[in-house]
Amino acid sequence: MRYLPLSDTDRSEMLARIGVNHVDELFADVPKNLLLREPVDLPRRKGELEVERILSRMSAKNISASSVPFFVGAGAYKHHVPATVDHLIQRSEFLTSYTPYQPEIAQGTLQYLFEFQTQVAALTGMEVANASMYDSSTGTGEAVLMAHRVTKRRKAVLSGGLHPHYADVVRTLSEMSSDDVVTMAPDVGGTEDILSRIDDSVSCVVVQSPDVFGNVRDLKPIADKAHQHGVLLIAVFTEVVSLGLLKSPGSMGADIVVGEGQSIGNALNFGGPYVGLFATQSKFLRQMPGRLCGETVDADGSRGFVLTLSTREQHIRRDKATSNICTNSGLCSLAFTIHMTLLGEAGLSRLARINHANAVKLADQLAAVKGVEVLNKTFFNEFTLKLAKPAAEVVERLAEKGVLAGVPVSRLLPGAGLDNLLLVASTEVNTDDDRAAFAAALKEVL
Amino acid sequence: MLNRQGRPSAPQAHGVSDPAAGMGDQAARLQGDANRATGSNPEAHPTFTGNKALAQIEPLLFEIGRYDTTGVDLDEPEDFEPRLGGLERKEAIGLPGLSEPETMRHYVRLSQQNYGIDTGLFPLGSCTMKHNARLNERMARLPGFSDVHPLQPVSTVQGALELMNELGRYLVTLTNMTAVALSPKAGAHGELCGMMAIKAAIEAKGEGKTRNVVLVPDSAHGTNPATAALIGFKVKPVPAREDGWVHVEDVKERLGPDVAAIMLTNPNTCGLFEPQVVEIAKAIHDAGAYFYCDGANFNAIVGKAKPGDLGVDAMHINLHKTFSTPHGGGGPGSGPVVLSERLAPFAPVPFVRMKDGSFELVEQNDEAGGTAAPFGRMTAFHGQMGMYVRALSYMLSHGSDGMKQASEDAVLNANYIRAGLADLMSLPFGNKPCMHEVLFDDAWLKDTGVTTLDVAKAMIDEGYHPMTMYFPLVVHGAMLIEPTESESKTSLDLFVAMLRDLAMAAKNGEKERFTGAPYHAPRRRLDETRAARSPVLKWSPPAPVAEAAE
Repeated sequence: MRYLPLSDTDRSEMLARIGVNHVDELFADVPKNLLLREPVDLPRRKGELEVERILSRMSAKNISASSVPFFVGAGAYKHHVPATVDHLIQRSEFLTSYTPYQPEIAQGTLQYLFEFQTQVAALTGMEVANASMYDSSTGTGEAVLMAHRVTKRRKAVLSGGLHPHYADVVRTLSEMSSDDVVTMAPDVGGTEDILSRIDDSVSCVVVQSPDVFGNVRDLKPIADKAHQHGVLLIAVFTEVVSLGLLKSPGSMGADIVVGEGQSIGNALNFGGPYVGLFATQSKFLRQMPGRLCGETVDADGSRGFVLTLSTREQHIRRDKATSNICTNSGLCSLAFTIHMTLLGEAGLSRLARINHANAVKLADQLAAVKGVEVLNKTFFNEFTLKLAKPAAEVVERLAEKGVLAGVPVSRLLPGAGLDNLLLVASTEVNTDDDRAAFAAALKEVL
Repeated sequence: MLNRQGRPSAPQAHGVSDPAAGMGDQAARLQGDANRATGSNPEAHPTFTGNKALAQIEPLLFEIGRYDTTGVDLDEPEDFEPRLGGLERKEAIGLPGLSEPETMRHYVRLSQQNYGIDTGLFPLGSCTMKHNARLNERMARLPGFSDVHPLQPVSTVQGALELMNELGRYLVTLTNMTAVALSPKAGAHGELCGMMAIKAAIEAKGEGKTRNVVLVPDSAHGTNPATAALIGFKVKPVPAREDGWVHVEDVKERLGPDVAAIMLTNPNTCGLFEPQVVEIAKAIHDAGAYFYCDGANFNAIVGKAKPGDLGVDAMHINLHKTFSTPHGGGGPGSGPVVLSERLAPFAPVPFVRMKDGSFELVEQNDEAGGTAAPFGRMTAFHGQMGMYVRALSYMLSHGSDGMKQASEDAVLNANYIRAGLADLMSLPFGNKPCMHEVLFDDAWLKDTGVTTLDVAKAMIDEGYHPMTMYFPLVVHGAMLIEPTESESKTSLDLFVAMLRDLAMAAKNGEKERFTGAPYHAPRRRLDETRAARSPVLKWSPPAPVAEAAE
């Protein structure tokens, strides 16, 4: 087997050195009747060529985003990732290293984590950011638990504009921990009265902007009301590119910011791995979940970086830890940092303007199709259409015509009576031809 | 035989034998010759730049980047009417950029300050740092896997669902369990998933109020008690015994109508298979509780024993350990959870199933149908597809025969290290066979003034990544060594010879070789206390000169 260096001669010599006759003597503690003598009932080993053939065949059954006019969003976005990013994250020393427990030989990882934390803090307008979460849905769950620790209250209010999967994650976690959750009704227009839900019993209010329907929300009034009642505002975003153009959640008063970083540096990957961004104010630092990288010096006085404040973490605090998280999204945060470094402020804001401009063009073009209404007054690169027919059916028909048109709201919120709504996203990858193809196909289907 | 310093290796006073003890003499000698060949003292010739040839000093991005620089060519869009509701950002963000060549150099230089599996032996116990085949990377990047959206129509992702289904079939077959929840994002997330399934099952039996205790052995990973506490369970420890095993009578003593589950790692963190695991499982089940198995150490027994046969109800599998998806400096991982028949109905959404000849994705609790009662959702979308592809690529490559061989080699390698070091280092539970990792304590360092941490740092100088230190907590100054099946005999011989040399140096009073180490790494020992005392967690611009002058 090509991955196993030991030869049969090596094995015999080693067994002799250990002083046993057969390798199974080393498995002596496994109950005799349960030790398997023969390989399990699965296919035998395969060469590279054969494995490649099998997996390529499976891959070929899928329609990839780059191969068609593509407008699917709702929490994961198709962007162009520069070739440099994928090359660098495949450097052996990044790809095959572990969590940097031995900082003297992990400065590469630690320095990029420090750069990542600095970039995330700047983008979100917050004082501190951690070294990443699995993704932003799990990050949102962790943020709610953190708010409970800070406020010593146990009730979360979820905006009706929060991604339904995120709301499900929070509800699952809260149900298991016997915490209260109030979920507001789906808020297609971004006009819900969340202020009336904020009172002294509430720990946190979770608001997404741009929200799942695409509306851009002003968080300032929510933050003000929340703070009057000792409530934390958890601001969520699923499209980090929007921060190149929009006010940061921190500048509007957010206490905890959770966002999906997938758009920068990371492929769609059918939903994962992604990278959760997590930031807060310094005063809440010790209640924060996740790894943190900090600056220090070595014995010669040279600057270096280490994982720090680990007394919050599971390997020290065990059942008193702020979170059970261990492995996070290291390599995805590296991809984020490299792509963000390539963009810089100038590139990011231009990328954001292109996204917004493309979405505006698309909205105008689709609004002109009979049977289509654009519901949003505001949006960044994603908006909601009201169609004359059920969106799930329309999406299927459009897929047959070679256009991946978006996400039917009914897929995220079945039974909510929103069957004719379609979420549509447009990024820098879409061309005039893509938009024309979408509009034409939609016209035929409706 | 002479050691690195050209002195006789055996410290006569201690009467300890030759450091290589018949193992790898030749490899050790070659290495020794190479060392002696490097002559001059580097400190005698400081450089102007501070660089040392290939060892380049690299400033932070924020110290070399410019705010008007970008390494991505994009055209400014034509004028248009924004629809942002007046919420446009007015002030700068503070993100410097670099051109493409500068970016490449910056991150390549950073990478050169890292140690990876591809660099050398990485014996981090309980972390299974095995070879990461590049075929798996290539497969994960096939456009049908990497460039598909989790919410595009299921009719357009049948191959992706087929892959998830196939991975699930492999995991269920290898473990002899009933179902698998693929979506957990890492090991700890898998633990949470498994414990949630247990909680849901207990609640379904109407025992939610009464069964609220989880037994966790002292040797467990910290994630176990943290996970149990996260969803409201009370953690009751099971103390460690002198033989490193969990005893069924210690478990029985703590069982009662209040116990929901035990979280047991098997093979355990002392590197031992739990010989009473079947009896423990039976006792747990008889008491109406569930058996959660931490599968972090599954690499020892893949193809050798099936957790389902041992009585396990739920076990997470770290695809980033056992099935070789790269650790990437701390993730991404993937932690699918296999479930017994008793827990299968409670598996979370989403999951894949076959319907009318094609795959469908069940994304909502109420779509599950039948007896299924999903406890909810762990994450947005469907989990770590990128890791699924890599793991399946590993499994297809190895096959059932290769996976069995890999486990045997992993166990063989660990025992070979044990045999090579047993006379010089101390085995807390006696010199008995271990599984895929071997645990030493620090008794052998008594009176040397050298600690486990010092040994780890001295190993860095020798070109190795240290083992896991100070874990498990049940032995003093733990050193947990997991070589994995990826190491050749030659590699192990040199590793053993190196540790023998260190052991003798410590016993010989060469304290400064340890306490000042590392001497040769990109950094000397880092001050972790200082980092925690006044945390600096991001770069801040230096104070403007004008302000300072006022």
